[in-house]
Amino acid sequence: MSYLSIFFQYAGQYLKTRLTYRADMLVEIFSDLLFQAVNLIFILVVFGHTSLLSGWSKDEMVFIYGFFLVPFAIFGAFFNIWDFTDRYIVKGEMDRILTRPIHSLFQIILERMELESLFGVITGLGIMFYSGNKLGLSLHWYDPFVFVVLVAGGALVYAGIFVALASIGFWSDSKTDIMPMMYNIGNYGRYPVNIYNRIIRYVLTWILPFAFVGVYPSAYFLGRDEWYGYAFLTPVIGLIFFGLSVVLWNYGVTKYRGAGN
Amino acid sequence: MAKYMEMIRIRFLMMLAYRTNYYSGILIYSINIGAYYFLWSAIYGDKSSIQDLSIVQMTTYIAVSWMARAFYFNNIDREIALEIKEGKVAIEMIRPYNYLGMKMMQGLGEGIFRILFFSVPGMVIVYFIFPIQFTTHPATWGYFLISILLSFIINTQINLLTGIATFFLFNNDGLIRAKRVVIDLFSGLILPISFFPVWAQSVMDYLPFKGISYIPSMIFTEGFKGNEILHGLMNQTLWALVLFIPIQLLWTTAKRQLIVQGG
Repeated sequence: MSYLSIFFQYAGQYLKTRLTYRADMLVEIFSDLLFQAVNLIFILVVFGHTSLLSGWSKDEMVFIYGFFLVPFAIFGAFFNIWDFTDRYIVKGEMDRILTRPIHSLFQIILERMELESLFGVITGLGIMFYSGNKLGLSLHWYDPFVFVVLVAGGALVYAGIFVALASIGFWSDSKTDIMPMMYNIGNYGRYPVNIYNRIIRYVLTWILPFAFVGVYPSAYFLGRDEWYGYAFLTPVIGLIFFGLSVVLWNYGVTKYRGAGN
Repeated sequence: MAKYMEMIRIRFLMMLAYRTNYYSGILIYSINIGAYYFLWSAIYGDKSSIQDLSIVQMTTYIAVSWMARAFYFNNIDREIALEIKEGKVAIEMIRPYNYLGMKMMQGLGEGIFRILFFSVPGMVIVYFIFPIQFTTHPATWGYFLISILLSFIINTQINLLTGIATFFLFNNDGLIRAKRVVIDLFSGLILPISFFPVWAQSVMDYLPFKGISYIPSMIFTEGFKGNEILHGLMNQTLWALVLFIPIQLLWTTAKRQLIVQGG
């Protein structure tokens, strides 16, 4: 069986289990929407008191947030590995994963997917079209393709960072809070990086490149040519970070020693 | 009464045993405070004050509202939901104490632990990183303490309501998440209520949420003056009393239609 058909089989099973508690699933999608609305309200309320934020207007900020939602939704749907150490290493579940015929990381992605997160793609697109319209942005024929590439780059940045962190579990299964910490650092990427000081900007660009999930790729669509260089780096950074994290993962798997029984 | 005190003590000791988990928590809160600090600095630009709050007051507001969150925040809604799902709640109900009262006391034990080992050291650390100003008026500190105690009660009551809702929904992870998001926004944690448009503010006057974060934080930053402090405290007290009514109603109904799924 190819990876693709396995993926669809798992997705089908997933939907069946989710539809058992329909009311809860609706509330969960609703709470996701609410979460996105809260961040939007924050931006809108703030711009009730100022017209420009370090050179960015309200609609541009809203656009950046809308863009951010798309790669973040894709990441959230497929890379739920924040509890990898607890769930797979400490409980010995990794033993079972390793007996499966497909790549271990792919198997975990399949088991842990949360497809309802993909709703964020729709909200993100909606927000981008709304604010893009107000800004009078025009679409070129190649823009949708650029969009797909930049979104993939952003999602890979997120995935790379979190897969690398999960790989630490192969060496040390002690409890750390580094994952939630990283989710919070990720929030920095939602806002234009030029509001931060130089050190934080450097970290967000080269070390934990969350800026490539929001502001840099959005700059391309907003026509901010001073950021174009960074915008086009997005897929490169995404591939580098994700590639490195998979190498680290593969190496970690060879170091894995079963913990459960 | 003694058994409830004992419950606070046990929860406190339990938290103490795992205290290393909390040092990273301080870092997480500092990261959040940092994000909002930079954002607000950019928003203020060269304005000296917005809605009567200076940038130093704003930074203090952010810091204290996050650190106070460590005190009032607890997961008893999740715990109740889990106990209902696993059927343990049946055992809890035949024990010689009030189940909801006991949950509240466990939350208080957690809160006392966190204020001592999380908020106080966290506040000191944040004080050295960001421009924050502590008030020197002893009275303000007194009002603040009363206010966060009330905010704990209101937040815990809302958690109890969410937890009890599991009796009717069976699986309410979604509701718990939604509640958390609503509280973050409407309590004034991420944005002082006075920044909202006037119509939104008048809506929020009729909701209990601003007693959770906005009122204690405004008292601490001295954004409230004179009568406003007393009005704030009265608002909180009123909600703390009113919220007992729906809890009692829901709880009585829930007990009657309890279905134990496991056990």
